[in-house]
Amino acid sequence: MAPVADEQGLLQILDPSGALVETPENAAYRARIAHLGADDRRAMYRDMVLTRRFDDEATALQRQGELALFAQARGQEAAQVGSAHALAPQDYVFPSYREHGVLHVRGVDPIDRLRLFRGQDHGGWDPAEHNAQLYTLVLGSQVLHATGYAMGVQRDGLVGTGDPDKDTAVVVYFGDGTTSQGDVHEAMVFASVNDAPTVFFLQNNQWAISEPTARQAKVPFAARGAGYGIPSVRVDGNDVLACYAVTLEALERAHAGGGPTFIEAFTYRMGAHTTSDDPTRYRTREEEEYWRRRDPIDRLAALLTASGEWDEAWAAGVAADAEALAARIRTQTRELGAPPTAAMFEHVYATPHATVAEEAAWQAEYENAAADNAAYEEATR
Amino acid sequence: MSQRFPLPDVGEGLTEAEIVEWRVAVGDTVAVNQVLVEIETAKSLVELPSPFAGTVVALLVAEGDTVDVGTPIIEVSSDAAAAPVVEPSPVVEPAETAPVETASSDSGSVLVGYGTADAGATGRRRRRRGTPPAAAPVAEPAPPGERGATAPDPGAISVPAANGNGAAAQGRVLAKPPVRKLAKELGVDLASVTPTGPGGIVTREDLVAHAEAAKARTLGNYPADPSDPSDDAPDADQPWLATGSVSPDGRRTRVPVKSVRKRTAEAMVASAFSAPHVTVFHTVDVTKTMKLIAALKADREFSDVRVTPLLIAMKAVLLAINRHPEINASWDDAAQEIVYKHYVNLGIAAATPRGLVVPNIKDAHRLDLLHLARALADLTATARAGRTTPAAMSDGTFTITNVGVFGIDTGTPILNPGEAGILAFGVIRETPWVHHGKIKPRWVTNLSLSFDHRLVDGELGSRFLADVARVLEDPARALAWA
Repeated sequence: MAPVADEQGLLQILDPSGALVETPENAAYRARIAHLGADDRRAMYRDMVLTRRFDDEATALQRQGELALFAQARGQEAAQVGSAHALAPQDYVFPSYREHGVLHVRGVDPIDRLRLFRGQDHGGWDPAEHNAQLYTLVLGSQVLHATGYAMGVQRDGLVGTGDPDKDTAVVVYFGDGTTSQGDVHEAMVFASVNDAPTVFFLQNNQWAISEPTARQAKVPFAARGAGYGIPSVRVDGNDVLACYAVTLEALERAHAGGGPTFIEAFTYRMGAHTTSDDPTRYRTREEEEYWRRRDPIDRLAALLTASGEWDEAWAAGVAADAEALAARIRTQTRELGAPPTAAMFEHVYATPHATVAEEAAWQAEYENAAADNAAYEEATR
Repeated sequence: MSQRFPLPDVGEGLTEAEIVEWRVAVGDTVAVNQVLVEIETAKSLVELPSPFAGTVVALLVAEGDTVDVGTPIIEVSSDAAAAPVVEPSPVVEPAETAPVETASSDSGSVLVGYGTADAGATGRRRRRRGTPPAAAPVAEPAPPGERGATAPDPGAISVPAANGNGAAAQGRVLAKPPVRKLAKELGVDLASVTPTGPGGIVTREDLVAHAEAAKARTLGNYPADPSDPSDDAPDADQPWLATGSVSPDGRRTRVPVKSVRKRTAEAMVASAFSAPHVTVFHTVDVTKTMKLIAALKADREFSDVRVTPLLIAMKAVLLAINRHPEINASWDDAAQEIVYKHYVNLGIAAATPRGLVVPNIKDAHRLDLLHLARALADLTATARAGRTTPAAMSDGTFTITNVGVFGIDTGTPILNPGEAGILAFGVIRETPWVHHGKIKPRWVTNLSLSFDHRLVDGELGSRFLADVARVLEDPARALAWA
């Protein structure tokens, strides 16, 4: 059932009903969203809606045989979109494989994001173009990469200059299951002792495939930061404004040379782990229903409505944009065609290699023969 | 223009799936992403959304069929005028109403899966070595003349045939166009016909002989009326035969074993041949239980639930488990340990349209009689609707099978795997019974308990069953034991 007790002590600005919360604990964070206007909040809403539409369409495409696999972000839009909105252009993002909302905000094209899931490509985009690394499927490796990158940024003299267009931070995204990987420990040790400008952004979505968080930690994940000497915060991951505020605070610290921050965004994976997973085998409908009532998109919509920032014409425009995005994804994903088989031979070795060349030639001959067979059958039908 | 949707691999590396339920019929208008069909893979039940908008021309596979990945399952005609707004699926969000797919390829090729692999090679070329990589072009388009066939389509057999029969394994079936046409009319899959013509061609004689032999016949002892010529399709009232194939002499039907039937068989074999079963029996006078039931039925608190003998038997089992917690345990053969459970997930065997399922009531030991009744009603309704989830069937600790509802006195039930006890609850009959020294008509039933003798000995099993019986004999006993 719902881990109500676990929700105690979460930093929150927007409660599940969409009402603004004012407590002494969140005062400093409320100050960090004071500069946001109606357009900023509406932009967050739009990004969350588009992220979900991307999610749904990609799931459908997998069910139609167009993608080999897909991992949904459904339910985690606030954590992803809120944190990504806080980033400066020069900041750098290291995602895991579910950060569709973050990559959407960073401007990575949706089709490029699906190339990996179609088996078309090992990557899909140029990381330098968006300051956004590729999806990482190996659990936890990106946490080390991010810390190493952050230490490089530090050595390039891009930290603590006081120039807001220059100071750079690195945000790395990972999940509750990944925290059990040794890589995370190593990365946090190195980030801490080197004061690396790393923001560890943990999305605790309650489930590591079928393993509940109780199987990963006996204390809130955020409590682990203290052991490394890393300032930590536990935030309501379905509250887009709070996620924005805590990320902004962490980025300010990193930019100023204050070192890393560990953020635990307490959220929920509303969909399956991936399209190969069946969550009904390990969790209850009551739990899913509990979290459905905490949908991050509904929460922001309630705030926009209550504050008079909701405009029907604008909302219809967002819905139309979402449908247009879905139509584009459907069409362009199919247009990617079949994954090129020659590519798998091309980058095995830096220099030509006899065995690989022989295998590539055999594959080409095989494909030609298959095409000939089809033509023969057509002619003799 | 019409397009076919080949069965995708919805997991990672699945090779086949069973068609559970079509959500659309021929002639229906479908929108992009509208749910077409529910399939069951080795991993789960999955709904497939439509990649096309248009009108359903043909369902190419039947419910209950197990189909290889890559096999076309539905044909949709994407006629723009025939695609009005259709209520989008709640699963995959609003669908487009306009047919956006008209420009896409007609081949219906799937990216993921097993495609045609070796089947496309007719043997004209031999592979130089080993097994070829399973890339290969996928599901080629059927020739236009063969579109719209509801019967298994010869045009589709360049995809590995679902049955994996010999003809398909050799590649395309050879036959002259008139024979193909006749096969389509007769609804015969040419790949299933034994060819006798030169070069392995299927002749008209082969086809006719095959169709004759495959025809279902009415037998003397068949429930259908042999004198009624229209009554030669037994499938309607004999649904268990629907997915089978009739033997050439018409005297036998062979039905592939799958889904619930298959899982039941596996579970029963695993249980019967790993746990040494012992069954003990007890006949008991439950007249006082019947009076209690009558009283509870009149009780306003119980007015919205069904009070049945099974409900009291469940409570009796829970009380007996409380007194003998050792029976609420599991034998872990791999670890060589006995796992004692400190909770009772009480399983109730339920006959459903899809077969036997044994969902359990989680933490039944915490429930009072009223909540137990509600939980039983929920469990029964869910099972009847065919919506019992795997989670509801897992981690049971003790099971009751209510054979009494079929008028049966008792039986020797087989344990649900992983449990140490199962109670069979027999029919309750009014029976001549010695009561206070006189023969009186009393309500009497039979209880039988099978237990796993690896961890439960005869003494424990017998004391447990005797305690269940004591509660049913005198429900006031529950006050003493609760």
